[in-house]
Amino acid sequence: MTRKDFQSDQEVRWCPGCGDYAILSAVQSVLPELGLPKEKFVVVSGIGCSSRFPYYVDTYGFHSIHGRAPAIATGLKVTRPDLQVWIATGDGDAMSIGGNHFIHLLRRNVGVKVLMFNNRIYGLTKGQYSPTSEVGKKTKSTPFGSIDNPFHPLSLAIGAGATFVARTVDIFMGHLKETLQRAADHQGTAFIEIYQNCNIFNDRAFAYMTDKGARDEQTLYIEQGKPLVFGKERERGIRQRGADLEVVELDGSLGPDDCLVWDESRPNPALAFLLAQMEPPEFPTPIGVFRAVETPTYDREVVAQLESARESRGEGTLEDLIYSGDLWEVGEDGAISGR
Amino acid sequence: MTTFQAEDEIAAVCAAIGASFGGALGVTTTSGPGLALKAEAINLAVMVELPLVVVDVQRAGPSTGMPTSTEQSDLLQALFGRNGESPVPIVAAASPGDCFEAVVEACRIAVQYMVPVIFMSDGYIANGSEPWRLPKIEDLPDLRIEYHTETEGFQPYLRDEKTLARPWAVPGTPGLEHRIGGLEKEHESGNVSYDAANHQLMTNLRATKVARVAETIPPLEVEGDPDGEVLVLGWGSSKGAITGAVNNLVDEGLPVARAHLRHLNPFPLNLGEILERFDRVLVPEMNMGQLALLLRARYLKDVVPLSKVQGRPFFRSEIYNKVKEILGESDDVN
Repeated sequence: MTRKDFQSDQEVRWCPGCGDYAILSAVQSVLPELGLPKEKFVVVSGIGCSSRFPYYVDTYGFHSIHGRAPAIATGLKVTRPDLQVWIATGDGDAMSIGGNHFIHLLRRNVGVKVLMFNNRIYGLTKGQYSPTSEVGKKTKSTPFGSIDNPFHPLSLAIGAGATFVARTVDIFMGHLKETLQRAADHQGTAFIEIYQNCNIFNDRAFAYMTDKGARDEQTLYIEQGKPLVFGKERERGIRQRGADLEVVELDGSLGPDDCLVWDESRPNPALAFLLAQMEPPEFPTPIGVFRAVETPTYDREVVAQLESARESRGEGTLEDLIYSGDLWEVGEDGAISGR
Repeated sequence: MTTFQAEDEIAAVCAAIGASFGGALGVTTTSGPGLALKAEAINLAVMVELPLVVVDVQRAGPSTGMPTSTEQSDLLQALFGRNGESPVPIVAAASPGDCFEAVVEACRIAVQYMVPVIFMSDGYIANGSEPWRLPKIEDLPDLRIEYHTETEGFQPYLRDEKTLARPWAVPGTPGLEHRIGGLEKEHESGNVSYDAANHQLMTNLRATKVARVAETIPPLEVEGDPDGEVLVLGWGSSKGAITGAVNNLVDEGLPVARAHLRHLNPFPLNLGEILERFDRVLVPEMNMGQLALLLRARYLKDVVPLSKVQGRPFFRSEIYNKVKEILGESDDVN
């Protein structure tokens, strides 16, 4: 199978130049590589620009209602663990109306993949601020600037007990595909925040870290087992200091060995949380896999519990179920007898 | 059977819909406030035409109301409490022992017609008990499902001629990959469509599909005096009180009959004819006259509502006295 096998016949309706195209293309090129027949894939979405995603992927798909994709995907995955379920959602869909389902999906560790397109704006409704818009942002609904504190989606996910947490960027095609592949391989809930440019309503929201000249200085690539260093000459790094992280210059007196060596498999999520809190201008923006630990998935546990119940109590029949409990029979003559 | 305790009412109905998408029959249970929360998702099931059973154990409202007390005041919510033209079949149990059969009926309609069905009970039924004659397993309807697997000519919204149900093609079936969603569907292809004539057609089809359920439900039966002057027509948990009252009246030789609705949407096909036959139709309900409103609208019959919203079921005497009043006899008994 190739990318073409995962392209549906539906006309793509995103604005020209939207970051969603790159994400769609990356997903369509990763899915054929996963070794599953295409009928085993399901893409579930909510409402928003990103949630039109299922229409364009030639697999089974469900474009549902605002914020509820995690709940629908949970019901699907629990009854059909054989399917590989992907959720396409946005910062509004997942962080605002769907915030509750989002955190419960993560705490349960249902074996689905969540792609959250974060453009920090409500694009489909033409440009109101979103739960990830920065304080001070002027939008149609905040003419004097937003006074809402935004969510850090990664911190929220880590706090909710997520077992796989990653961030990537729409235009970093290689990194995006690698991250999708990692999510596909993860057994539990895999959450990826994808920085996605909305060129109409929030253009260049991530240009500070994606522009060619800024990329090296502003982007920190997290790699498993490697020290957190960045910069064109890899001349800066992240060091742990007490309960905080700090940027240090690797000027000779300090070297990469003094920097925090990243381990995504740490059971304790505290460091991943600290890393997720790093923001410009004080810090570079980390991308990559923040956390990847395997713990039992909800869907597998459900299956295991049903199997063990069947083993210990037998398959059971409807008749056994109905004909149990407090039974008696009334005879022709009105006499009552036990059964 | 797989069970799942969700984080909230909305997640519960959505997970049930997800299960139905995967080929299971999703069932979710709630009471009135929860039914309100589930409304948007029930509409999704209406649009994507997947089977779903929503159990509403009604209680005294509005809002949290009297949550441990009974009422029948969700009927109009079940019928109309969603945006758009959103027809769903409604089935109501009449007693604790009737629940099994009524739920089986709700499941039958859901899977045969690919439609969400609302099953209505209430606090009086849910907290009650009575002897129940166990059904013979072989007498139960065969609800086995045949999923669609034929790829030749497959279209997700190609309908069964008789039921108008669309095919149930579940993920994992090779060659039937398709997308569903809450946006209006193009007839047969299921692609998103904003075409004006198509929306009219699809709205009509969804309505006709639910209306056709009436062809598979038994005619309403009338008990008591078939040529009587007064018919007492009820639904749900008032059956016991109505039956007791009407039996007494009939024993007294009064021209009274009764009938009890299990199907609130669609109504049995002979309901109009029955209403026509009686001069006066008394409709006792634990609400302010919701079924009465429907009957007046649908059949232009000026039925007499008997309303009670006290969080308690009807007493037999309340119905008995009202019938006597209608008949012009008013020797109140308690």
